[in-house]
Amino acid sequence: MATFLARRLVWLPVVLFFVSILTFFLGLYGPGNPINIMVGLKANPETIERIKAEYGFDQPVYQQYFNYVFKAVQGDFGYGLVKYRDQPVGRIIAERLPVTIQLNIAALVVGVIVGIPLGLLAGLTRNSWFDYSVRFLSLIAVSIPLLFLLPFLTFIFSRRHDLVLNAANLQFAIGPFLPMVGGHWDGILSTKVLLPILIESLGIVAVLTRQMRAGIIETLGQDYVRTARAKGLRERMVLLRHAMRNALIPIATILTLSIGGLVEGSFLVENWFGIPGVGQLALDAFTAREYYIIMGITLIIAVAYVVANMAADLLYPILDPRIRSSK
Amino acid sequence: MTTTISLATRTSAPTLKRSPSPWMRIALRTLRNIPALIGFLLIVAFFFTALFANFLAPYSYDKQDLDNIEKPPSAQHWLGTDSLGRDMLSRLIYGARSSAFVVLLVTVVNLALGIPLGAAAGYFGGWLENLIMRTTEILFAFPGLLFTFLIAATIRPAVLDWARSNGFADLARSGYLDYAVVIIALGFVGWAGLARFVRGQVLTVKEREYVIGARSIGVPTWRVIGRHILPNALAPIIVALSMGMGFIALSEGYLSYLGIGLQPPNPSWGNIAAENFGRYWRTFPQFLWLVFIPGLILTLIVLAFAFFGDALNEALDPELVD
Repeated sequence: MATFLARRLVWLPVVLFFVSILTFFLGLYGPGNPINIMVGLKANPETIERIKAEYGFDQPVYQQYFNYVFKAVQGDFGYGLVKYRDQPVGRIIAERLPVTIQLNIAALVVGVIVGIPLGLLAGLTRNSWFDYSVRFLSLIAVSIPLLFLLPFLTFIFSRRHDLVLNAANLQFAIGPFLPMVGGHWDGILSTKVLLPILIESLGIVAVLTRQMRAGIIETLGQDYVRTARAKGLRERMVLLRHAMRNALIPIATILTLSIGGLVEGSFLVENWFGIPGVGQLALDAFTAREYYIIMGITLIIAVAYVVANMAADLLYPILDPRIRSSK
Repeated sequence: MTTTISLATRTSAPTLKRSPSPWMRIALRTLRNIPALIGFLLIVAFFFTALFANFLAPYSYDKQDLDNIEKPPSAQHWLGTDSLGRDMLSRLIYGARSSAFVVLLVTVVNLALGIPLGAAAGYFGGWLENLIMRTTEILFAFPGLLFTFLIAATIRPAVLDWARSNGFADLARSGYLDYAVVIIALGFVGWAGLARFVRGQVLTVKEREYVIGARSIGVPTWRVIGRHILPNALAPIIVALSMGMGFIALSEGYLSYLGIGLQPPNPSWGNIAAENFGRYWRTFPQFLWLVFIPGLILTLIVLAFAFFGDALNEALDPELVD
């Protein structure tokens, strides 16, 4: 176990090195020459030379890479090229990062609060109608694309469909859920973010439900549960002390892996609801060819992901003594 | 007389009913599951529509009918028209073609990279396995589709420049190179998962007696892998591919939605959704048929692949065989 952890710790900087090198070269040299993007194709040679020297593009490529990384570590991710010309990318991202982080944490919390009990109940009532409907719904929730969920749930929750409801003689309005944030961030406690959080958490709910259901079914078949029952422990204690605790262990990994879904979720959800977060900024950067912003966002998310995975690996032996004792 | 007849009938109609082949049995067991059957039919319809899009679509995907702009569904335009007067149904049918094209080619790229690399890693082990597996780990260091987004967002100008300076200016203008960008972006990332999966399968099959037997009588390595190991690891790989196809369709939708995949006027369910989302979210839900339908169709296809793959997985699981 110790060698495994040591190998992981040594591996971490290697991964970070390759992640940064891929991001740097794809971001800056993937689209061609970065100077062309800044000055256009028709600039005169003197301007090109001046810009080259000013932004350090006259140095050798490896030097540029190291400069970029050393500055990035200090929070300087370069400057905007076109739309955000000469604005520091680090500051642009820092303004929007808290919004996205708050939304994603809220989505994770909702996912845990809903998903774990749901999976537990489904696993305990295995093959009942409840179990079947939970399994069916979670399979749908995992695979239903946001491209459909966004307009569909907005339609269900928005106030504008009063017309439709009145025509159908239905009487209810969901005023406070009026979902469009429209660029104004009122904080995580605003009712406007309920729908975005709900949508972002759906995938996590589904994944956690499936994992928890499978986990509880597996642990209930283990010898130690039989032993606990045989020694006359109350069923509630068997569940809480023995089955649930062991079924919860893989959740740490599942949660770190769910960051992937949250990233895509942020890109689409923030754009649809007009939430001024990193996802919306990324979309802006894609269309405006703001490569430094794309690089900065990619790098920050990837590093956070790698570190979170590492943390889950380190957490495992603490949660599970069986792993601690194995080599 | 009668005895000869009865004898003749008995010999001419042998009671040896051929039992269905294992593949047939798996297919039957999969399709007994109703959602999987519906999914299978949807998948067939999807590829059929893609193949015969030019015969099925009532109009061309970029034909503008300027007298009918933003019209609701009618006999003339079954799914209405969009803000440029283009027939929605035709655009969606051609969107199926884009989607199927990307799904098939990306699957081919994933297979071509993932199976040899995964099999080599699993079979040979050592530094080769280390190299391949560490490479996949680096690709997995980017969560979800992030690396795909990065590739698609950055290489497009370079690909277009390359085409222009090499005498393919028409190709660059046609937008067909966007397909190449999407396929590169998805293919370059997708093989890693398949390679890891194939490696795992190979590792479990490698130590079986028949493989050791084949090696002991001097069967060449490539033949051991191709003839003995891969066919026995085939079933789970097919499940992974079926699930993967839905994921590729979804990823293409997301890329095109985010504006870094297929570009309008070339139709993709993703960019049709993006065009209509961007235009109509303020008047939502006024132009429902324009906003809902592209996402709904993508949903159906993704669900079809998911349910079919799920049932196939269950049908192939030897523990569940009745």
